[in-house]
Amino acid sequence: MARIPAMPEPREVVAFLAGGLFGSGLLVSGMIDTTKVQGWLDFFGDWDPTLAFVLGGAALPMFFVWRIAERRGVSVFGDLIPARTPPRLDGPLIWGSLLFGAGWGLAGLCPGPALASFALGGWGGALFFLAMVSGMVVTPAIRAWLFRPAVTD
Amino acid sequence: MIPTDWIWGLVGGLLIGGAAGLYLLVNGRIMGASGILGGLVDGTGRDSMVERLAFLFGVLAVPPLLVPLYRSVDTHITSNPLVIVAAGLLVGIGTRLANGCTSGHGVCGISRLAPRGLAATAFYLLGGAVTVYLFRHILGVI
Repeated sequence: MARIPAMPEPREVVAFLAGGLFGSGLLVSGMIDTTKVQGWLDFFGDWDPTLAFVLGGAALPMFFVWRIAERRGVSVFGDLIPARTPPRLDGPLIWGSLLFGAGWGLAGLCPGPALASFALGGWGGALFFLAMVSGMVVTPAIRAWLFRPAVTD
Repeated sequence: MIPTDWIWGLVGGLLIGGAAGLYLLVNGRIMGASGILGGLVDGTGRDSMVERLAFLFGVLAVPPLLVPLYRSVDTHITSNPLVIVAAGLLVGIGTRLANGCTSGHGVCGISRLAPRGLAATAFYLLGGAVTVYLFRHILGVI
C-alpha cells in the first residue's frame, strides 16, 4: 500500500537501478529518436535496421536469464517467477497490438522511450505522454465495452 | 543509418536486456514499460506502487544525466499536435488492451519464446509498418 518511504526498500533500489539501466539503453541505442523508429517501420522507404540490433541485443541476455529464472522458480527476493500464460490468441491481444503499432508508427514512440525522453522531448514529448496516460485511463472502460465478458490475462 | 548506429543499437540493447534481467532475477517481475506505468494509472498495481514509481523514476531521471556525455540528442518528434495526441492515445489504449508493449511482449516475450509475446510483436509491427506506409508514402502526413 501507499506509504512515504523513509528509507527505500532493497527491491525499490533495484527497481530504480533497472529503470535507470533501461532508460540508458534506450538513449544509447538511439531509440528515443522517433525518426529511427519510424525508419525501422518504413519497410518500403529508407529502411533503418537499427531497431533489430536493439531488440536482438536485449533478447540475447534475456534468453539465458529466463532459463535461470525458470529453473530457480523464485527471484532473489523470493517472489515467484511469473508463470507462462496459456498460448491463446484473443481479441484484446490482436486489436490492442494493432492499435499500439499504429500509434507507434504515427509518432515513433512506444511507452519506454516516451518515458526516457520525457525530459528531452520538449512540449511534443510531454503532450504524447499525457495522451498516452489518458489512453491508459480509459482502457478498462473500452475493454469492458468491446470485449465482454472481460478477458483476463 | 549511420554505419556505427548498429553498434550503438547493440550496446543499448544489451543494456536494456541487462535491465530486464536484473528486474526479473532480483525482483521477480517482467520489465514491461506499459504494464509498470499502466498499473499505476488504472490502480491495478496499487500493492507494488513504490516499486513501480522507483522504476519509472529511474527511466525518467537517468537519461538526462547521461546527455552531457553523449552525442547530440534530439527526439525529432513531429510538431503536429493532432498526430501526437492520436498516437499517444493509440499507444496508451493499445498497450493496455494487449497487456504489453515493445519491452514486455517484445524483449521479455520474444526471449521467453512466449507465443503471446511473439504474436503481439507480429501484430504491432504490422500495425506500425502499415501506418508508416499509409501516412508517409500515401498521405504524406509524417
